[in-house]
Amino acid sequence: MAIKVRIPQPLQKLTKEKVEVEAKGRNIQELIEDLEKRFPGIKMRLCDEKGKLRRFINIYVNEEDIRFLKMEKTTLKDGDEVSIIPAIAGG
Amino acid sequence: MSYVKGLICKECRRSYPKRPLYVCEYCFGPLEVEYDYGRIKRILTKKEIIKRSKNMWRYWELLPIDKYPIVGLYTGFTPLFRAKNLEKALGVRELYIKDDSVNHPTLSFKDRVVAVALSKAKEFGFDTVACASTGNLANSTASQAAEAKFRCFIFIPADLELSKIVGTLIYNPILVAVEGNYDQVNRLCSEIATKYKWAFVNINIRPYYAEGSKTFAYEIVEQLQWHAPKHIVVPCAGGSLITKIWKGLKEFYKLGLIDKLDTKIYAAQAQGCAPIVNAVKENSEIIKPVKPNTIAKSLAIGNPADGVYAVSTVRESGGWAESASDEEIVEAIKLLAQTEGIFTETAGGVTLGVAKKLIKRGFIPKDESIVLCITGQGLKTQEAISSKIGSFIKIKPNISSFEENVIKKIRR
Repeated sequence: MAIKVRIPQPLQKLTKEKVEVEAKGRNIQELIEDLEKRFPGIKMRLCDEKGKLRRFINIYVNEEDIRFLKMEKTTLKDGDEVSIIPAIAGG
Repeated sequence: MSYVKGLICKECRRSYPKRPLYVCEYCFGPLEVEYDYGRIKRILTKKEIIKRSKNMWRYWELLPIDKYPIVGLYTGFTPLFRAKNLEKALGVRELYIKDDSVNHPTLSFKDRVVAVALSKAKEFGFDTVACASTGNLANSTASQAAEAKFRCFIFIPADLELSKIVGTLIYNPILVAVEGNYDQVNRLCSEIATKYKWAFVNINIRPYYAEGSKTFAYEIVEQLQWHAPKHIVVPCAGGSLITKIWKGLKEFYKLGLIDKLDTKIYAAQAQGCAPIVNAVKENSEIIKPVKPNTIAKSLAIGNPADGVYAVSTVRESGGWAESASDEEIVEAIKLLAQTEGIFTETAGGVTLGVAKKLIKRGFIPKDESIVLCITGQGLKTQEAISSKIGSFIKIKPNISSFEENVIKKIRR
C-alpha cells in the first residue's frame, strides 16, 4: 500500500532533498511511524514530546485538512496523497 | 543602513539569518524580524519622526529593509479623524476612524505590507513575485509589481468580487483563479512556493511583509498626538494585522514614544468565518479551522496562520472578540457611509458591526477613546450591498416629469 507524501522544505534535508516520497500506513499515525523508519528523525520534527502533531504543521489528505477529518486517526488507502505543510502562510 | 539583527523563531527562539525564510526548521514556528531597539531608541525620537515625509516610511528604522524602498513611496499616513456623527449614533464619547480605504496606491491596508515585501524581494534578488489573496492583496501586489517591474503571479479563489478581479487584471499579472476557497488557494500556494523559487509575499517573504502592518498602529498613535487609544477594533482574517498592531504599540512603548501601554485590542470577524472569535470565547489554546460562508470575502480565511497570536493579542491586551452576521455587516457599511461619508468594503462593515455590539453589551465603555480600523474600500465589494441600497428614480428630461416622479414621491 503506497501513499504519496509531499515533504515541506524544512524537512527535505531528511528526505535527501526529495519533495515527494512514498510511505505506508492505514492512518496518519501509522504513516508518521513508517516515515520515521524510512527517514529517521522526521517524527521528532512533526510531533512534540508527547507524540502529538506540532501546532504549526498542517496535514492534508487528498487536499482536505485532517482537522476536518479524524486528525491523526484519519484513514488512508492506496493511492492517497498526503501533504505536510507549514501552517504559517497567507493572510 | 539597517537595524535588523536577523530572524528569530517566535516559538523556540532559534535565530536565523536575514534570508527569504518563514518557518523554523526545527519546530515549524513562524519566524519574526528582530531589531536592535537600543540603537533605534537613540535615533527614532518624536522630533525626528515629525520632520519626515508623511508616509509609512517615516518609521523606516522599525521596518525590515536594508536599502531605500523601491515601491509604496506614498503609502500610508492615511486619515485618522474624529467620527462625530457616528459617536452620536453609537452613544459614545470619543470615536476615531483610521481610514485605509484611501491608502495609496490600491485603497487598502495591504499597500503597506506589499511595499515592504516587494522592496525586500528586490533586495533578495528575486525577479518574480507572487501571492495568495482574497482580493486586496492581489490588487496591491499586482500594482506594485508592475511599478517595480517584477514578473507577477496572483492566486485567488475563483468566486472573488468582480472589482477585485478587474483591479488586479489591469496591471497585467498572471492571474490564476483556483476553484476553491482561500484556504485551498493558500495550501496550493504553499506547495508551489516549495517548488518554484519566487518571492511569495505572504509565504516565504511573510516575516518581512507582515511588519508593514505595524505602521498602521504607529500612525494611529502619532495622529492622536502620541497617545495610544484605550480601545482598538481590528478586522481579522489571517490574524496578522491585529498581531502587528499590538506589536507596534509595544515597540512605541519600548522606545518611549508612548508613556503607557493600556490599549485593549478587539478582534472582529464575520459570523460565517470566526475561528479567532470562537477561540477567544471558548478560551481555547488551539484554533479550530472552519469552512467560510460570508459576504466578507476579504476576511474569509477559515484557517488563520496567525490565529493563535491574534487570540493572545486579545488576551494579553485585555480586549475581547465578536462576530457580525452578513446582515449586520451590510447595516454597518450603510451606517458608516450615512454618518461619516465613508464607503468601506465588507471588512469595514465587520469592524463597525462588531464595535456596535461590543459597545452595546458593555465590553467597550462609552466614555473612553475608541479607534475603528477601516482597512478597505467599498467600491471593491459592490456585490455585497448593491441590492440593499435602493435605486435611482428615472425621469424624462423636463420639469413636470421631475415634479411628478420625484418631488411628489419623496418623503423626507
